[in-house]
Amino acid sequence: MTTEEIQNEIIEEFSVFDDWMDKYEYLIEIGNTLQPYNEKNKTPSNLIQGCQSRVWLDAEYKDGKIYFTADSDAIITKGIIALLIKVLSGKTPDEILKTDLFFIDKIGLKENLSPTRANGLISMIKNMKAYATAFKAKYEQ
Amino acid sequence: MFDIEKIRRQFPILTQKVNGKPLVYLDNGATTQKPRQVIDIVNKMYSEYNSNIHRGVHYLSAKSTELYENARETVRKFINAETPEEIIFTKGTTDAINLAAFSFGEKYIKENDEIIVGLTEHHSNIVPWQMLCKRKKAKLKVIPADENGELKFEEFKKLLGKKTKLVAFAHVANSTGIINPVEKIIEETRKTEAKILIDGAQAIQHKKIDVKTLDCDFYAFSGHKIYAETGIGVLYGKKELLETMPPYQGGGDMIKSVSFEKTEYADLPLKFEAGTSNYVAAVSLAEALNFVNSTGIENIEKHESELLAYAEEKLSSINGLKIFGKSRNKTSAVSFNIKNTHFYDIGMILDKLGTAVRTGTHCAEPTMKHFGITGTVRASFAVYNTFDEIDKLYEGIIKAQKMLS
Repeated sequence: MTTEEIQNEIIEEFSVFDDWMDKYEYLIEIGNTLQPYNEKNKTPSNLIQGCQSRVWLDAEYKDGKIYFTADSDAIITKGIIALLIKVLSGKTPDEILKTDLFFIDKIGLKENLSPTRANGLISMIKNMKAYATAFKAKYEQ
Repeated sequence: MFDIEKIRRQFPILTQKVNGKPLVYLDNGATTQKPRQVIDIVNKMYSEYNSNIHRGVHYLSAKSTELYENARETVRKFINAETPEEIIFTKGTTDAINLAAFSFGEKYIKENDEIIVGLTEHHSNIVPWQMLCKRKKAKLKVIPADENGELKFEEFKKLLGKKTKLVAFAHVANSTGIINPVEKIIEETRKTEAKILIDGAQAIQHKKIDVKTLDCDFYAFSGHKIYAETGIGVLYGKKELLETMPPYQGGGDMIKSVSFEKTEYADLPLKFEAGTSNYVAAVSLAEALNFVNSTGIENIEKHESELLAYAEEKLSSINGLKIFGKSRNKTSAVSFNIKNTHFYDIGMILDKLGTAVRTGTHCAEPTMKHFGITGTVRASFAVYNTFDEIDKLYEGIIKAQKMLS
């Protein structure tokens, strides 16, 4: 699936919730199912320090694709991380770089990506794109 | 008579719904809401009196200047300063502390001098002193705190010495609500030559402040935390001390005469008020203080301490909830975490329930580090909060805890 198709699928999934509580409960559930993050990789260089929540992000390049793992100490942040990984992990650097992440706004979680929120998510997205740029430069040129 | 319903009716913002629920505003430590009379005076300033102060010969400028200077007098009376020259209008507490750090530091701080701050300070009462120490090669000493977040007075006594030039500390710690032993610290400091600056950002709205009785050299606070507009604050300083300090910023209004050979600075307080002051906000501050005076600061203090006691008791009954900053000397804030949950998640869910709290480090990272945590949820109270709102906070936390476990 393309990143656009995955995003549309997420929007579809969230469209059944008209109540914020159900939405948050679902987000918490997704957060809990996030692939466990290797504690050894909770290094300072993988840490995105936010005032509200902390995010750890690691990436691996395999057969032309980038695989992300990530974690957060806050579960709602973790839920959003899981969605971001669902969209961007296992994609080529080019796909990652050209993806416009429209689903967050569409599922009503835009406030979580406000630059003033300092929950680490904005920097996480930036770092995911930075990994794509770096891997592309390292392996594809 | 303290009539909470009558008070609430004066704050238009409180009647609104947030996320479909009646707003429960418990983020007063960050900023307070504004009573109608403050909103009206701002409107009136722009509708009827607006003109730049201290400049024009015309009617409006005279009127505007008069209101600005009256505001200074209102502030003077409110904190019982000796003269209006001791009241410097600033942008806020941060600006006030930076002014003091720069101008006092320029004159009085030399290499190897020492400045003492508390461990539980807001970053605004740490960073300006760090910058000053760096500039002057002076040393910053920190009063340690105990496991509850109370400053260790005996340790403070040991830090205080001949090299100490200034002691700067919060009247009330913003992240915990703990009232520091101000009188004791001042009394001890007075045995030395050191000067005293108090960050009153979290005290001015909750307690009667009398700078003469306190006998501090500087007292800083913000207007927006005491029901006034944003963009206005006050640095109180003893006149004899302020007179010896060089200006902070150069510009208009702070001079007597300017030539390329020699510029003469204005007298107090204008020496420290370069550029066009936020005179509208200054007038709003005076109006906010009128509101506090007519409500009675003692009544406010009593109501808020009842709210605090009720909140601490109620929240303590929640399984796994831990309050940071337990002390008998507290005002208007409860900072807490809940076992196996994250403060950000709690704050997000409370928001959906219409309850506004602050989450995170509260600009007090050393305090968080001291507690061994990365942040807390902080509920902070103001004159218009009710017991019913604390019940709503309690219910919200229970609900969040259920969702997150």
